[in-house]
Amino acid sequence: MSQPIHLFDSDDPQERIGVYVCHCGTNIAGIVDVEEVRDWAGQRLKDRGVVVSRDYKFMCSSLGQEMIEKDIKDLGLTRVVVAACSPHLHEQTFRTAAQRGGLNPYLTELVSIREQVSWVHTDKNAATDKAKAVVSGGVERVIKNQPLEPLHVPINEATLVVGGGIAGIQAALEIADGGYPVFMVEREPSIGGHMAQFDKTFPTLDCAACILTPRMVSVGTHPHINLFTWSEVESVSGYVGNFTVTIRKKARFVNEELCTGCGICQEKCPKKIIDEIYEAGLGYRKAVYTPFPQAVPKYPVIDKPNCTYFLKGTCKACEKFCPTNAIDFNQKDELITIQVGNIILATGYDLFDPRRIPHYGYGRLANVYTSLEFERLSNAAGPTNGEIVLRDGKTKPKSVGVIHCVGSRDRNYNNYCSAICCMQSLKFAHLVHERTGATVYNFYIDIRTPAKAYDEFYQRVLEEGTLFVRGRVAEVTDAARKPEEEGRLIIQVEDTLAGKQRRIPVDMVILSAGLEPRKDAKATAHTFGISCSADGWFIEKHPKLDPVSTMTEGIFIAGCVTGPKDIPATVSQGAAAAARVMGRIQQKEILLEPVRASVNPDQCSGCRICNNLCPFNAITFIEDRMVTEINPALCQGCGTCVAACPAGAISGTGFSNEQILRQIDGLLMLNLEYMSEAAELVPA
Amino acid sequence: MDKYLFYPGCSMESNAKAYSESLLAVCEPLGLKLEEINDWNCCGATEYLGVSLTPAYALIARNLALAYNQSNGTQTIVAPCSACYLNLAKCDYYMQERPELGVNVNDALAAGGLHYDAGSLSIRHFLDVLVNDVGLETLKSKVVRPLKGVRVAPYLGCMVPRPDYDHRWSNPEYPNELDRVLKVIGAEVIDFPLKTHCCGGHMTQIGPQTAYELIYRLISAADQYHADVMATLCPMCQMNIDAYQGETNRHKGSDIQMPIVFFTQLVGLALGLDPKDLGFGREFISTKRVLDRIGLEMPEPVEVAPVTKPRKKQEGLPMPRMPREAGDEEVNP
Amino acid sequence: MYTVPYISTPDPTNPNLRFLEEVSLRTAGVSRLEMCIQCGTCGGSCPSADDMDHTPRMLFAMIRAGYREQALKSNTPWICVSCYHCVVRCPQGVHIADVMYTLKSMAIAANADVESTAPDFAQTFVDMVEAYGRSYEFGLATRYYLKHQKKRLPGMAPMGLGMLSKERMSMRPRKIKGIDQLHKILGRAKELER
Repeated sequence: MSQPIHLFDSDDPQERIGVYVCHCGTNIAGIVDVEEVRDWAGQRLKDRGVVVSRDYKFMCSSLGQEMIEKDIKDLGLTRVVVAACSPHLHEQTFRTAAQRGGLNPYLTELVSIREQVSWVHTDKNAATDKAKAVVSGGVERVIKNQPLEPLHVPINEATLVVGGGIAGIQAALEIADGGYPVFMVEREPSIGGHMAQFDKTFPTLDCAACILTPRMVSVGTHPHINLFTWSEVESVSGYVGNFTVTIRKKARFVNEELCTGCGICQEKCPKKIIDEIYEAGLGYRKAVYTPFPQAVPKYPVIDKPNCTYFLKGTCKACEKFCPTNAIDFNQKDELITIQVGNIILATGYDLFDPRRIPHYGYGRLANVYTSLEFERLSNAAGPTNGEIVLRDGKTKPKSVGVIHCVGSRDRNYNNYCSAICCMQSLKFAHLVHERTGATVYNFYIDIRTPAKAYDEFYQRVLEEGTLFVRGRVAEVTDAARKPEEEGRLIIQVEDTLAGKQRRIPVDMVILSAGLEPRKDAKATAHTFGISCSADGWFIEKHPKLDPVSTMTEGIFIAGCVTGPKDIPATVSQGAAAAARVMGRIQQKEILLEPVRASVNPDQCSGCRICNNLCPFNAITFIEDRMVTEINPALCQGCGTCVAACPAGAISGTGFSNEQILRQIDGLLMLNLEYMSEAAELVPA
Repeated sequence: MDKYLFYPGCSMESNAKAYSESLLAVCEPLGLKLEEINDWNCCGATEYLGVSLTPAYALIARNLALAYNQSNGTQTIVAPCSACYLNLAKCDYYMQERPELGVNVNDALAAGGLHYDAGSLSIRHFLDVLVNDVGLETLKSKVVRPLKGVRVAPYLGCMVPRPDYDHRWSNPEYPNELDRVLKVIGAEVIDFPLKTHCCGGHMTQIGPQTAYELIYRLISAADQYHADVMATLCPMCQMNIDAYQGETNRHKGSDIQMPIVFFTQLVGLALGLDPKDLGFGREFISTKRVLDRIGLEMPEPVEVAPVTKPRKKQEGLPMPRMPREAGDEEVNP
Repeated sequence: MYTVPYISTPDPTNPNLRFLEEVSLRTAGVSRLEMCIQCGTCGGSCPSADDMDHTPRMLFAMIRAGYREQALKSNTPWICVSCYHCVVRCPQGVHIADVMYTLKSMAIAANADVESTAPDFAQTFVDMVEAYGRSYEFGLATRYYLKHQKKRLPGMAPMGLGMLSKERMSMRPRKIKGIDQLHKILGRAKELER
């Protein structure tokens, strides 16, 4: 057998390695013969530098850790190998323990003989052999470990909050009240988000605007908040603590210094357009508009694609009538660059488009409404002044059907449950009862009312006499079969509890459409360099334990941007993200893991294959030197560029080529003196 | 000339003679060449599948195997009859989705010296070919006699747009293919809400009450929308609604006269062909009203049906814009 | 809409599951019966639900509960018109219409006491196809009506005559050339059918 080239240079400095094999109760010891591994490491790997080999029931316990500290001090260990669970769990534990003992934390290695051995094998002999191989690999690798220092990155005090809905507002207020500056960027002319469109919120039936607008005003007047509305983030560069963000402040064509918010321009504007966004397509606005009276900021915007002046060069009524001469048709978009330390993304959701379900009739049949349309209908400031009426604008319905799960829980559209629609549908039932006295039917598959006061709300709606039909609506149609169905909307459904198909004539149908990610969610994720799932929801660092962070340091997420949720959960997340950010800011600097990739400029040929591979935008190309450079603060150590480089010019600190190759050799037991024995021990 | 393998199906030679005649007649001006599969057998309709699994699919697969062997440079079978179309497509699809079925079917085929690899052929409906291969632009250019003033209710029936294994139709409940064809040939197309609702199929034999109910729903809806004629693409639907309309009326105590023809017959008229060559006259409910509208026979004093039932109100709250009006993009991604 | 088939491995010793498993195995494609959440969309969409003993959804509940006899006796599959509304709208992707076909064939095989002439109609149709290779409506209609709906024959006569005169029905059957080949194929297929 020929010897591999990279094998075991004789001028390797002899390290003093401690090996610690954990029982993990019976998790490991039940399958792997821990004592045998300990003995084997102590004897066979002596020539490789192992001076002490111990085993213990729970290495992660304080006693286990103290064992390591003591050995480092007493025996002068220069390297530590712990064979236990996965590094995901306790790598940090043992690194800190080593540090307490006086050793650089990066000179330890935790190799997994639990997830990778005892938990996946049942043959005890084979498992023990494999554990030996794993330990051997760890020993070989750790010899090549270098002492590393974490990176100190200063944190800029300012924070960027993207999205002016309730999540963004909550986060911004918390940080600003803490005394730190906040930049808030909102795409629409006013902050408020979807919550500003609602009439009442469940289960308390608070008026949405009444509880939201005070917060909006606080944001608008807060000394520490810089509000950019009618603006979007154009580009982001940099890394945690030092983001450089370019904001495009779109031209309002209104001079904010001069505008008093009197509203005369809106009165006088002759161009009426259907408001697709705030009024959900149910009401009108002018070409120069503020979306609603309580808008923050109060300055209107001119909708350029629909303005007569921009289209034809005439009109200018707003300019003529403005008492302070605030209209400025020559205004241009402004690009503003800011420096922030952390970013919170709270861009919210879009509603599922029920036109995708033609058998529900939305769009064809006049009196089928979506949930947002109904909110506008019942809102006192809405297009019908709070009158719940049919599409003709006048007739009050005598019976209303509310359909749950439209576009949700359905493989054909969205497979998930949209969390809020059941409560929302109950709310609609209550509002219709209250305002019109009509008969209300709710069509559901399940009633999901998990949170505080939610099921009590269901009880209340039952008491009001709402008729619940358990059945997923098959069709909403106007094709009448009997005289009493003529001229009405017929809901065809199987009443599963009664076991019969029913055709129920109603006057109005409300579709509780599901929540979807924003249409441009993927583009947003790309701008900020975070991950986004296939359907567009942003991905949190850990779904259970870390719901507001992302895998990108310094960028946090809050609200419906990660998935459907109700207002209390959204507010909690906004506050949680704010707390995380403030914690960072107060530390003034953060320590980043030094496990990063770096380019050896002498070996880099400038081929740039790696440039577009980095998922964290950490790679830049230096034109004048024709080499690639990696920003250590952005790099997450994923290894993609390392693998891609054809010249092998990229290496990772903490995962260098050498370290990896040595670990492989160790796993294959090529380090042992007796090759024949090694051949036997290699697991089949 | 576009070439296709052709699977007529048993009805084309009997109760859907008009379909057969009109379809073959329009092929020439549209540049389509259909080659009939040699010695094809019945697909089993919806009956054979109800009796057994493997023999039913083996019955269908024989046709697929024969078609594949005959394949003369084309891998597409055109099947105009709904049940045949669905059965062929289903067989091909399930032989892939459930490999054991594929193995068993081929085992049976082998007893007859045949074999078929699932997925080798593409099974399409004539309407699909017309819209996507010939193209509506081409069709429009060949129209010499637009069906002005004829109100048509497009009726696709249930088995062609569903279950749509190959995703060929714009929507399984409200496909717009037939609507577009009828618009292009100049007719006034009704937004018929029951356009893919079932006609009852074989219930006319087994459960007449159910069948009459379903047929009645269709003709009364078409009547409510003041249609002059229904245009369909399924032989079973045409027969049920046409031949059984009398019985339906008797059973329900109504007197609706709703003629129903095959869409190829209307296309043929628009292309300038003679009604006699398109199978007109074979229907039970007279199409005189329709032909009169486009001046093809001596017009007798005939009552003009009242104009449009107002469906969209002008005042009141704005309606959501449907993509059709905004320029024919599809809503479904 | 039709994505990765779900392979379920039910416990073969559970007596209730045996019926569910049987139905699943005999269904073309992957039935996904176990995915049913009993939402009722199928029963709601069915155009002929009013005439059925049990709605499709109820039938699936019965199958999952193992009520073999009642399920096979039910007239539901025979009233199913195969319109596929249910299949397209089912949020869980259950192959409803195909399960109906399976139940039909199982009912025939078990000689279940179904209150419908549909099994016989199907069998007669099948006999015609096996004899000639093509369907033979005249023969089918006469044999079926004579057996089951004699009273209807006189009422159907005008329609029958109309069909004949408009050349929409033939009094003679057509036979395919390869009828022997077909017989061999079907014979082998029946052997394979367990």
